[in-house]
This record gives sequence, C-alpha cells and structure tokens, in this order.
Amino acid sequence: MASLVGSRVERKEDKKLLTGRGKYTADVTFAHQTYAYFVRSPHARAQIKNVDTSKAEKSSGVVAVLTGKDIANDKIGGLIAGWRIKSEDGSDMKVPAHPPLASESVNYVGDHVAVVIAESLDEARNAADLVKVDYKVLKAVVKTDQAMDSENIYKDIPKNLCFDWLLGDREKVKEAFDKADKIIKIDLINNRLIPNAMEPRAANADYNPSTEEITLYTTSQNPHLARIIISAFNGVAPENKLRVIAPDVGGGFGSKIYPYAEEVVCSWASKKIERPVKWVADRTESFLSDCHGRDHVTHAELAVKNDGTFLGFKNETIANIGAYASVFATVTPTYLFGPCATGVYKMPAAYSNVKAVFTNTAPVDAYRGAGRPEATYTIETLVEKAARELGMDPAEIRMKNFPTEFPFQQTLVHSVDSGDYNAGLKKAMEVGDYKGFEKRKNESASRGKLRGIGFCSYFEACGIAPSAVVMSLGCGIGLWESAEVRFNPTGNVTVFTGSHSHGQGHDTTFAQIAADRLGVPLENIEISHGDTDKGPFGYGTYGSRSLTVGGTAIVKACDKIVAKGKKVAAKMLEVNESEVDFKDGEFIVAKSNKKKTIGEVAFACYLPGTYGEVKSPLPEGEEPGLKETSFFDPGNFSFPAGSHICEVEVDPETGNTEVVKYTAVDDFGTIINPLIVEGQVHGGLAQGIGQALYENCHYDDTGQLVTASYMDYTMPRADNFPEFNLGFTCTPATSNPLGTKGCGEAGAIAAPPAVMNAVMNAVGTEVSMPATAEKVWNACQKMNKSNSKAA
Amino acid sequence: MKKVSLEVNGKKVSKEVPDHTVLSVFLREVLNLTGTHVGCDTSQCGACVVHVDGKSIKSCTALAADIEGSKVTTIEGLVSNGKMHPMQEAFKKQHGLQCGFCTPGMVMSAIDLLNHKKNPSDKEIRDWLEGNICRCTGYQNIVAAVKEAASKM
Repeated sequence: MASLVGSRVERKEDKKLLTGRGKYTADVTFAHQTYAYFVRSPHARAQIKNVDTSKAEKSSGVVAVLTGKDIANDKIGGLIAGWRIKSEDGSDMKVPAHPPLASESVNYVGDHVAVVIAESLDEARNAADLVKVDYKVLKAVVKTDQAMDSENIYKDIPKNLCFDWLLGDREKVKEAFDKADKIIKIDLINNRLIPNAMEPRAANADYNPSTEEITLYTTSQNPHLARIIISAFNGVAPENKLRVIAPDVGGGFGSKIYPYAEEVVCSWASKKIERPVKWVADRTESFLSDCHGRDHVTHAELAVKNDGTFLGFKNETIANIGAYASVFATVTPTYLFGPCATGVYKMPAAYSNVKAVFTNTAPVDAYRGAGRPEATYTIETLVEKAARELGMDPAEIRMKNFPTEFPFQQTLVHSVDSGDYNAGLKKAMEVGDYKGFEKRKNESASRGKLRGIGFCSYFEACGIAPSAVVMSLGCGIGLWESAEVRFNPTGNVTVFTGSHSHGQGHDTTFAQIAADRLGVPLENIEISHGDTDKGPFGYGTYGSRSLTVGGTAIVKACDKIVAKGKKVAAKMLEVNESEVDFKDGEFIVAKSNKKKTIGEVAFACYLPGTYGEVKSPLPEGEEPGLKETSFFDPGNFSFPAGSHICEVEVDPETGNTEVVKYTAVDDFGTIINPLIVEGQVHGGLAQGIGQALYENCHYDDTGQLVTASYMDYTMPRADNFPEFNLGFTCTPATSNPLGTKGCGEAGAIAAPPAVMNAVMNAVGTEVSMPATAEKVWNACQKMNKSNSKAA
Repeated sequence: MKKVSLEVNGKKVSKEVPDHTVLSVFLREVLNLTGTHVGCDTSQCGACVVHVDGKSIKSCTALAADIEGSKVTTIEGLVSNGKMHPMQEAFKKQHGLQCGFCTPGMVMSAIDLLNHKKNPSDKEIRDWLEGNICRCTGYQNIVAAVKEAASKM
C-alpha cells in the first residue's frame, strides 16, 4: 500500500464547504430562539453612573434586558488571564477585574454594558438604542509608549503596568557590549493589527430545562477550553452540564482561541430565560471587540564585531495588552516573544525586557505567530541594519552567525533539536535567484522604479507545548493533546481529536496519518473534532500545535489499537502473539502466511465468542471493543525555521510599493500533505505582507477606533500579491514520532521583516510598518533631499 | 410587509417579508440557504455574492423586493445531478479554500468572470476578485483554481 503521508491528497472537507453545506455557528437555528444585541460603550474610558433599561424593556418583542448588575447578582465570574507572569522584581503581574458585562466602568470602545434579548434581531437592536447609560467620561489612555506616564486606569495598578518582565542576564549583556566593535541600535513599532477571520464571531446557547444542560454553539478554535473557563471561572454551569460545539469555523488566527464575554452572557442568559439565545457579530463589532494583535514599541541593540560576529543582544519592549488581560495576552509578549528575539543565531549574551501596559483599547492577545512575528521583526531588521553598517552581504552576516550543530542550546530558553539553517538560506538564494537581483534592479530602474531586496531568516518555537515546562513558567493549563481512535464494528474508523480545524485541513491530514498507521482506506476514516460531548478533553488549535501534538496523540492511539489487534489476531489465528506482524492493515503470520485484516479483527472485538460461522473468542483477560485513547504531552517544543527573500518595487513618484518577487524556503520537518502546507504558507505570507504594507489598527487620541470597517482597515486583496515561490528543506523534528514541526505561522512571522528590509533597501532609509504610499513617498523625498545636499 | 416572488436555484418561491429584507437575509433566514455568507456590513467582503439573472451581485446590497421576478442562483444551486460545477471541482483540486467562509462568494464571483472572459490572465483574475476578501489562502490557489476551471469550462 502506498503511503499517504507526503501525498497531495485533496481535502475531505472541501465538498461540503464548496456546495454551501458547511455549518457555521451563524447557520445554527433553534426553535423558539431569541436574538441578543449588546449595548456597548461608545467611550474609551468612563464610569457608569446609571443604566436605565425601563424604556428598552417595554419595546416591542423584548424578552429581557440584562446588565452588569444582573450578572454580578448571579455571581457570574469574570474573564480570565490564563498565564501568570512575574516581574523582574519577583512580584506578580497585576490584572484588573473583567466582568462579562460592566457595572462600574467601561474601559474601551465596544466594552459590554448590557444585552437586549428579543424575538427578532431587529427588535433587539431597536431596543438596545433605548437603553440609557449615564456615563462620566474620563480621559482615555491610548498610546502604547505613553501609557506608563498617563493617569492610572485602575486605581490599584500603578503606571498602568501589568508586569515588568526580564528574561536573560543584564550583566552578561553589558560585558558583551563592552567588548563590541560596534553597537547597532534600532527603534521599532510593531503595528497593531485586527485579526479579521472572515467569519464574524457568533454564539447560540440553548438551555434545556429538562436536563439542565446548556449547549453552546460557538466560533471557537478551542471548545474544550471554552467549556472549562465558562464552567470553572465564569460559573455559568458545571462542566458536565455544559456542552460546547464549535462546528465549521470560518478562520481564527488566534482571535477565537478563548471565550469572550458574549459566549458567557449568551449561555447565562439562555439559562435565565430558558430559551436559546443567538448572537452574531456584525463586522464593526468584530473590529471593536475581537482581540487585536501585536502593538509593541521596541528599542533593541545588537553588539557586533567588525567581522560580523554577534556578541550580544538587548531588547526593551513596551507591549500594549489593551484594557483587560485576555487569556494568552500575558504570555504572547513574554515567553512567546522574548526567547525568539535573539533569532536564529548564536548569541553569547542576551536579554529581553518587556513592560506590558494597559490602555483603553480592545484587549490584545495572540494573533497568527503570537510574539514570534514581533521577535523576528526586531532581530531581522537589526541584523539587516548591521549588515548595512558593516558593509556586509545580508546572507553572509546571517550565515556567519547560524548555529551548525544540533541540538542547539539557544540563548534564552530553547534547546532546538534539529535544523540546517545554511541549507535553507542557500536554497532560498537559489530559488529566488539572488545572483540575478542586480540585473532585475537595473531593469526596474529603467522603468523609473526603485527595486529593493530583503532577507529574513527565522526560527519559531511551536508544537505548543510541553506542559511541565509551560506550567513552570506560569501557564495555568497543560498543553498536551488527546486522541481517541474508535474502530466501529463494521471496520470503519472515527478519530476524535481535541484540536480543532478551522481551515487547516485536519479532516484530511489526520486521516492520512491514521490511514497509514492502520491500513484503512482514507474514505473509511472520519475525523471528529469540535464537540466536547464527543471526544476527550483537548487544548484546541493555535501555536502550530495540532499536527505535532495532536497528530502524535493519534499515532499513539493507533499504535495501541494495533497492539491490541495483534493479541486478538493471534488468538484467531491460533499462534503466539510474537508470531504476528502488522503491515498495511493486515495481521500476518510470516511462517504460514495466514492473515486477518484489521477490519476482521475489529469485528471480532465486538463479537467476542462463537456463534455459528462467527468464531472470534477474545484472548483471556482482553476486554471487548476496539477503542483506544492517547494523551500526548511533548517533551519539547518544535522549531520550524527558514529563510525568506522579498523583492519590492517602489514608485518614487507615488510611494506605491509592490511586492514583485517573494521566495519562502521553510523547514517544517516531515510534511504530511504538501498541498495543505503550501496553502498554509501562502496564507501566512498574505497576513505578513499585509502587516508590512497595508494593515494598521488606528485609535484616535480619545480612544475611538478609526479603522472599524473594511472601508477603513486595509485587508489585503488578490491583486496585492505576486505568485509566491516556495521551497522546502527537511530536518525532521526529534521530539515527536511524525518528525513534524508545524507550518501555520511561518509566513506571518517571516514576511514582515523580509518585506520591510526590501523596502528599506529600495529607498535607502528606515520606514515603519505599514509602509504605506505616503510614508514611502516621504522617505523617497527625504533621500532625494539628502542626496542633493551631498552632491 | 411585501410579497416577494423569485426563482431560486430553479425553484419558484414566494414569501411575505418585511420591506427592508435584503437578498442575503432572504436567502439565509427565509429560505434557509445558509451557503451564502455574510462577512461584513459594508459590502466589501464579497462572501455573499450570488447570481441574479446570471450576473454576480453582493446579495447584501439588494433588497429582495427590488429583484422581484428574478432568477437567483446561489452556491447550493451549482451542483447538478450530484456533480459539482467545474469551478467547485477546480477549487477542490487546487486547494483554493481553507476555512470555506469566503468560498461561496469567491466561487460565484469567479464563475461570472469566466462568463465575461474565457481565458483570463493572472492579473485579470486578481483584479476581478478584488471585491472578494479571503483571509486564509493568500489567493494564490484561488487564482490557480480559476485558471484550471477556465481550461475546463
């Protein structure tokens, strides 16, 4: 049987999605369902003096109007930060209370004040306009770099500082810097982004008064985590009385990892009114209240010798985490950011110091790459600047500092198990025809265009994560993953995974793995995910973890199936277990060539005895049935890496910048389905190039979100990109039996510095993200002036 | 309230709806044709594209009452005799979709492109699809799918 691992198998999930038969949360309708509409704060910061719901309650079709007082009276808990970070001085991080409906103060535009529940959406929306909230408006804290010098938003959080965290050794860094020939310095803003999964968030909660169970349909990357948080922390219902279903989900990119106020409120309200409560965000609500991404202000320095050897690195960053600390808000700018900020290099000394600040803006949490794009942008623009200042080739300076022996103990945390960074960069230069750049540059110049080239070499820590490690660093949960492989009596298979697919193609990739492992045809394998009542607890999908952690759990559960199958087959074939081999779905006795298929063995497991033609007594002590579960906790992170090269063309007359050539060479370890992996790279690149050239979340000085619609926030379109050139190298991961490393975030991590280095190479001066036509035009003007002065 | 009569995916339908019902709501809420998706409030995203009398439109921009008597085709209506449309097949073959949310609008829009132009260039495909936002694919495999469909249609 040919191996399916490594094959470009077309996706099993496509047909339903292509024919309009997908079922997203907004498509779920219950009989007697009601509609929720949230009353949101129009102010960035205000005290709530009074909420008058009397008019709204009398409005047509209204079933209930619920406020922060109601939710507090019912003792529904607040939303949580899932990762405790300690400051450099040993003190715990400081976080404000985050009630699902505010009763005392609102802290960003879009913050939840009340919910109106009505017979129709129109009626709910109309009545929401009648809820009169009396606010005392306060001065908003908006800017990341000014937050610590502004008025305190919360009275017990001085300087609006959540934590002041240090990773690394300041003394050693100082010593390294003292020995340097040159210090390269850089000041960067990692622009704030809005994730914008195409499916807006939604929830439909259905309380069953008979069983006292709530079924919550929701747009989640992580239904099990939603259930435990809504149960254990919000206290809406015990876990065994709360079923969370994330059906087809239209993209997540981090923004749907954690439960939001709306899910808590709909679940609670459904129980209260004993009817289903449905809420679907409109796009502006998504802009206002989905967790945003990035938003760092960074000063970084690199100590180098004249020959380009790196001696030390320091990183001082202010990270804006918004008005409240969301679930992964505190780990994203610390352990996901700091360790990767030294990049893919030997760096004898380093530290990362991060001050996380509260502001009156939407919460900021994980967005595709989460911390690693910010880290990579910092080091890779710094390295490129070092190459410029030292007069070195950007490839040469990188290769000079790549580690060549693995495992490689990276400076700040990670022990990188495998990699070949030279091979990746060399291949990128070959695929991207680096040698031909000068010729292309001249050709662009002949058309009046400035052509620039930019490099980025990156590594990332994925396969999140070894539970013991992350818990020792403050994580409030484990990060293993589960799988259950269930042979049905007739021989087909259902595989349950605790991860969740919302575009990544798990239905196909995971089926390829199980098909190979069990020797069962792909079409006889069903992958089931997204329903807490079906499979075992799991931790969902983010951090390029699903295949590496969840896929391994599937492998292990399959291996257990085969182990039991061997015993049963031996009994059926009347030989010792040691005489039975398993290959391509058959249990074979080598010496006699007698065999049983895995389907026959599965059938026997469900019919453990003798009945007419059926002769399948189980070995003594074996239980009937054929179903195995595995919980896999990885021993280490996985470390995808690669080198990307971008070429841009700038029109100096208009400042318009176009990506004209983009080469990505990545090492994701073993690739199960190249078709899907290439798609993941393309998507990540689009988001990374989007950050570099187009996307920007902008709040004005009063905290109003200016970019709150697709008319204002630039989403990358089809005509913004060239065809990407992809290449792969492969050093298998040693921390999991599949050898996989993860591929979902690479594009979003590597593209911003590759693009920005190309822009800076083209115009000859620094430009900040996003490199809009206006900024690039101004940069060109500045260069023109300084060039004419020099002349 | 207003009575709206249309032919949707070859079937005649007649429903009494509030005057302000837009076509996307009519399809989703009244006819339960939930393959047509709504991804924004400003007619930018294109997830709701359907064909009205053979031409692609964003169904969130048309009042159902305004297209009285028209023939509407949605993503559900492309399958014929259990077989997917060549454009749907091409999206599958080229991995032109990931989460699938923008896909119905993308497919409907791409079919209309090929109705206008038999063998569009990459640039023409990318320009045409400017009104459909996809957050997952980076568009590359969508372009490949449209080219593949063009060779089959």
